[in-house]
Amino acid sequence: MFSAAARVLDFSRAQAILADSELGVRRASTLERPSPEMVSTGVPAIDALTGGLPRGALTEIVGPASSGRTSLLLSLLAQATARQEACALVDASDAFDPESAVAAGIDLKRLLWVRCRVTSPCETRTGVARAVIAGKKRTDPGAHVEQALKTADLLLQSGGFGVVVLDLSDVPPAIARRVPLTSWFRFRRAVENTPTVLLALEQQAYAKAAASLVLGLARRNCQWKAIADRAGPSHTRLMGEIEIGAEVLRSQIAIKKRPASAHAHYVLPSAWSIRS
Amino acid sequence: MFACLFVPDFRVEAFVCLEPELRLQSVAVLEGKPPLSRIIAMNDRARDAALELGMTRMQAQLRAPEAVLRMRSPEQEATAHASLLDCGHAFSPRVEDTALDHIVIDASGLDRLLGDLSQVAQQIAQRGTSLGLQTNVALASNPDAAIYAAHGFPGITVIPTGAETERLGTLPIENLFPPPETLETLYRWGVRTFAQLAALPEVALSQRLGQEGLQLQKLARGTFARTLVPAEAPLTFQESMELEYPIDLLEPLAFVLARLLEHICARLESRSLATNALHLWLQLEDMDRGSSIFERDLQLPVPMLNPKLFLQLLHLDLKSHPPSAPIGKVRLTADAVRPRFAQGGLFLPVAPEAERLELTLARAKGVVSEERVGVAKVLDTHRPDPFRMERFEVTAPTDKAPVAKQSGRVVKRIFRPPVSVVVLVSNGCPVRLQPHRDVLACSGPWHSSGEWWSDQAWQHEEWDVAVREKEEVALYRIYRDMTKGRWFIAASYD
Repeated sequence: MFSAAARVLDFSRAQAILADSELGVRRASTLERPSPEMVSTGVPAIDALTGGLPRGALTEIVGPASSGRTSLLLSLLAQATARQEACALVDASDAFDPESAVAAGIDLKRLLWVRCRVTSPCETRTGVARAVIAGKKRTDPGAHVEQALKTADLLLQSGGFGVVVLDLSDVPPAIARRVPLTSWFRFRRAVENTPTVLLALEQQAYAKAAASLVLGLARRNCQWKAIADRAGPSHTRLMGEIEIGAEVLRSQIAIKKRPASAHAHYVLPSAWSIRS
Repeated sequence: MFACLFVPDFRVEAFVCLEPELRLQSVAVLEGKPPLSRIIAMNDRARDAALELGMTRMQAQLRAPEAVLRMRSPEQEATAHASLLDCGHAFSPRVEDTALDHIVIDASGLDRLLGDLSQVAQQIAQRGTSLGLQTNVALASNPDAAIYAAHGFPGITVIPTGAETERLGTLPIENLFPPPETLETLYRWGVRTFAQLAALPEVALSQRLGQEGLQLQKLARGTFARTLVPAEAPLTFQESMELEYPIDLLEPLAFVLARLLEHICARLESRSLATNALHLWLQLEDMDRGSSIFERDLQLPVPMLNPKLFLQLLHLDLKSHPPSAPIGKVRLTADAVRPRFAQGGLFLPVAPEAERLELTLARAKGVVSEERVGVAKVLDTHRPDPFRMERFEVTAPTDKAPVAKQSGRVVKRIFRPPVSVVVLVSNGCPVRLQPHRDVLACSGPWHSSGEWWSDQAWQHEEWDVAVREKEEVALYRIYRDMTKGRWFIAASYD
């Protein structure tokens, strides 16, 4: 029989022997995590910043309204559908615009769109819309989020999708924060060891440690382009380019080539400025 | 060689094949208008319970109170007969539709595929059992010998070539179904069995009974040769069940559907087919309005043959579209198509499994609603937000994949429905969105109108605006509905 002290002594001696030996045996916690396969977002600045988005992991893209979240999403979906992957968009606020998607190059036949039912417009929109209808009677404000979570869970368990997007962009943080952390971990577990990119679009990061990558976006500037040389009335101006700032808020992914900075910025042209 | 499949007590078996628990009970089938309905068929257990043909319902209930009495269902008999034909077609394309309760198969060459003749007969009987039918199977060198053997001997009978007379000899003369006067004559002669008829001298028999007598003798000897008349069975796969009591809950209906689906899938499998569409037909028994019909169609993206999956899909569909009254009769039809043959590639992109995806989509439709799950198809119109939803199907990868562009662009997020807003206008331009949202920059107006000839006409004055919201600035597309004079937020730019 060995005493407890003897066992501790033996364990520390074994550790010392292993450390001195050239067997290459190390603690599991010190091992490098295998880097997941990354897929291109279609926005070179974001790809340079993060190396793309990881497969088999949850990525959160957070930012306020007009910060370029949806354009980044559509760019990613355009890349995925061009690779002939089946994609799914769980749209909590029924805000997806098919016309913009076609213009962004998405093959709509490969994109499953689940439009969650909005019981009342008041609960989904931020800013102006939310303020305008404030005071109206609300009915079950989190119903559409619940629908979105259920549907996302079904799609993830079904498997086979290249990209699954949970779009909570317009869900107010007060409602989105109610999503239990276990749901996010369940989603993460469902995509682990699969080639699925799970992406959540939100105003704030809610998934905490369940997310492998959190990317923050913010609108820096918007140019209003005058059609004529001089400043004129409103009908002589067009909304021009939007400058977007991106920042990696948290990453658990081992990137082979680290970027020089944790920030990046890029410009989103409007449809008419591309034409011009 | 020819094989005959005979279903004893066929009219009872038509019920038992869909309700296997009846096999352990005494079952009798009645025909006629109540109260004059009489027993026309019964199983062995009913015979043991002293029930007799021709008894009325009342007499049967008095004699055997535990007996299950069912009214004759021609529809279920047709279904059972179709199952019998499917069983035959699983082994040979040459199947003779001889009668409602028996068929004859040309079994030539089957011994080379399935083993010796007894193994062939065993496999045919097993196939019948898998379709819910308890059959007598007999193999003989000519169709009629096989038919008499199947009718006369229970289970499996194999008669080697040349041994027909000896093997059939013990059968009673009534099995030949001679005309009554001929049968009476044969009785007077003391002929009771096939062997006794076979032993009569041919010339003397011909002098007394003519060609008919000779033919009967050949049949009794098992040497009557005729050509098989093969029939092409129509590819209709329909199962129906009349319920004793109307069902008003989905759970018991699921049990009924499970049986029908299992049966229909077994039939499809026996013909090496699958289905891509299921049609459910329910007869509703409404106390106030009488009977009405409720129908649902289930379209499948690819040919499938999975009764459990079909049941789940039907259950989800009925959950979202429940019948309005109790159900008295269920009919299920499957469209027969060739099964899907797919060769997966190692380097193909990931794609959801079709069967699993269908179930997932059905469940998702249950969570949101049917019209809110699918793919968007952009319509060729200038109408705002022009799209319609279509069914999502996994698109097979093509050799030439399109190349995606490497650039982002400003896109819209649509407000469905548009959000009504109060806008302050100064010098023709919006300057504030109430309450307290200052417009920092705006561009417009851009006029849009169309379909003035219809009820769907629209006339909008659109603006792009940058609005301050707390510390952030958001970009919106707003418009003034010129017909109503009200402002709406149509979309945000993101």
